[in-house]
Amino acid sequence: MSSKTKSKLEVTAIYLILAIVSVIIFYPLLWTIGMSLNQGTSLYSSSIIPDNFSLEHYKWLFSPQSDYLLWYKNSLIVAFANAIGSVVLTAFVAYAFSRFKFVGRKNGLYIFLLLQMFPVMMAMVALYIFLNMIGLLDSLTGLILIYLGGQIPFNAWLVKGYFDTIPKELDEAAKIDGAGPIRIFWSVLLPLAKPILAVVALFNFMAPLFDFLLPSIVISSEENYTLALGLYNFINDQFANNFTRFAAGSVLIAVPIATIYLFLQRYLISGLASGGTKG
Amino acid sequence: MTTPKKQPKKNYHKHNPNTATILSILFAGLGQLYNRRYLKGSIFIFIEGAFLLAFLDALNFGLWGLRTLGTIPGTDHSIRLLVLGVLSLIVSVIAITLYVFNVLDARKQAKKIKKGWVPLSFKQVIKEVYDYSFPYIITFPGLFLMIFVVIFPLLFSLLLAFTNYDLYHSPPRNLVDWVGLDNFKSLFTVPIWQETFLSVFVWTIVWTVVATTLQIALGFFLAVLVNDERVRFKKLIRTILILPWAVPAFVTILVFAAMFNDDFGAINRDIIIPLFGGEGISWLSDPLYSRIAIIMIQTWLGFPFIFALFTGILQSISKDWYEAADMDGASRIQKFKSITFPHVMFATAPLLIMQYASNFNNFNVIYLFNEGGPAVRGQNAGGTDILISWVYKLTFDTNNYSMAAVISIIMGLIVSGFAFYQFRKTRSFKEEGEI
Repeated sequence: MSSKTKSKLEVTAIYLILAIVSVIIFYPLLWTIGMSLNQGTSLYSSSIIPDNFSLEHYKWLFSPQSDYLLWYKNSLIVAFANAIGSVVLTAFVAYAFSRFKFVGRKNGLYIFLLLQMFPVMMAMVALYIFLNMIGLLDSLTGLILIYLGGQIPFNAWLVKGYFDTIPKELDEAAKIDGAGPIRIFWSVLLPLAKPILAVVALFNFMAPLFDFLLPSIVISSEENYTLALGLYNFINDQFANNFTRFAAGSVLIAVPIATIYLFLQRYLISGLASGGTKG
Repeated sequence: MTTPKKQPKKNYHKHNPNTATILSILFAGLGQLYNRRYLKGSIFIFIEGAFLLAFLDALNFGLWGLRTLGTIPGTDHSIRLLVLGVLSLIVSVIAITLYVFNVLDARKQAKKIKKGWVPLSFKQVIKEVYDYSFPYIITFPGLFLMIFVVIFPLLFSLLLAFTNYDLYHSPPRNLVDWVGLDNFKSLFTVPIWQETFLSVFVWTIVWTVVATTLQIALGFFLAVLVNDERVRFKKLIRTILILPWAVPAFVTILVFAAMFNDDFGAINRDIIIPLFGGEGISWLSDPLYSRIAIIMIQTWLGFPFIFALFTGILQSISKDWYEAADMDGASRIQKFKSITFPHVMFATAPLLIMQYASNFNNFNVIYLFNEGGPAVRGQNAGGTDILISWVYKLTFDTNNYSMAAVISIIMGLIVSGFAFYQFRKTRSFKEEGEI
């Protein structure tokens, strides 16, 4: 066999593998979209290519009987607050750990590393009781505060790693020009660290939208539900198991999120790789 | 600083560091006053005064509660006392740190004065204090939140493991008591706990290793394939392969749960039965098949992240390496083994370790697929329950809080021990330390 035919065969094999993988990726996604377009609520009578094409579930989600828009709003509130808050908090913490000598610096780094290993689950009982005591149980504020505090160990490492790659000579130069620490932070480090800060913002924007565990413990009343909770209840409700409705609700959240992700994936990867590997 | 205009008037070497130390031990801030650092001294005096006035009673009560967990059933709420106790403990540690710091500071300053160092002007002092305390000020908000959301709950859970807090010992009706290591003992001696723990533990390890390794292997394999220079439409292919990562995981897991449904799921109805005939596979009710299904789902969910990560690394490997290898007549496998593989692994080791750790704690996929089911006879966890979902069930289904805490501690030790060992070996950790 000549090397040319061999190469051709190889390329064909690569494409074949990629095609199979693509089918496996697309199948559940298309299936969900198909389900959402079926009439009726039962999984049994529905199929990926609907016999009775209908948009009734989408219409229902936007009708007054449904809290879907409210959940959407709640999720977005939590997501935005978490994204902005976590960037501010972590950027400051990372700045201190990357550029200053202070008591407890080294131990602090070890503690961060250790803390991010512990499962959130371990903290759940305590958080539940604590939120109950300070009256923040079943509120979006309580949820946001937990997300904000919990993300610090991981993201502080990530951002600190990135700050470390920015040459200290830049700080020195600014200092000679008379800039104080806040000024150096604002005009030297922050502009250069934009990629990693964008990653932190995006991760912390997405985390509440993806998370099910924490809201399921903190939130109990339906008007405070986030999307994950609300959608889960569509299919978990013993008396009104409604998979097609769940599918429709999921499509409406998955499409925008996936679009954002695909647009930003390049920054996501480069930021994560540089922060995470050099940290 | 080194060329003071005004010469010291008094015989400064009479200034005694020991006096400063003793004064600041007596009451924080006095030593600083002796050193003529009036602003700093007053701040310390103010802090200690406020602390003694405001917190002493509360601390006393909190530490009493922590020791006894309440004495009168119905009146004393043991768990609230435990919460207050832990908070008092944290406040005490902070206070002691400040106090020690105050003493050391007074002593250091006094020594400097003795050597002839002249205190700076007020303006300079302000600037110095600002520069010195700057890192503390900017880390404060984050650390404050972290203490309440991460450190406090972990300490609380840690302590819970040594109590008998469960359905039958729950306030306000009953008191909770310290029981020492009894919970740990019963986990390893009482048959139902022992059996459940063993089987859940083994499955957790299998799950972590198999699922994570599969997703890394698949991600790596696909990254290498797509990176081949003969492949076209790279951008499109990469977008498709990243898709599972972009869709919210809770959606896909619930969708998979429906697709794997024994009776009317699409996998059985559209694939297994038409192809192989028979009744279809009982994905949700047979533990073995449930486990296989969950591992496949996690691979589907997890490989895109690895793929994306490795693609970035592969593109950054210099072509020179491969050209040099070609000159030496290296085969493709040799090139992979000596260039590609070490490069990729070296660059991503910490992130890969994180992948293992996150799967070890991957509650979402286990719980949302079929709530850790199916039920298994002779144990109180389901067939696909890993440690974390078992903890969830113990906590929120059967309210066995103390046992849940015991298992959480074991989990925490495993993950942190393993990860710490690995992290220390990687390059990134060794360079830590110096600024």
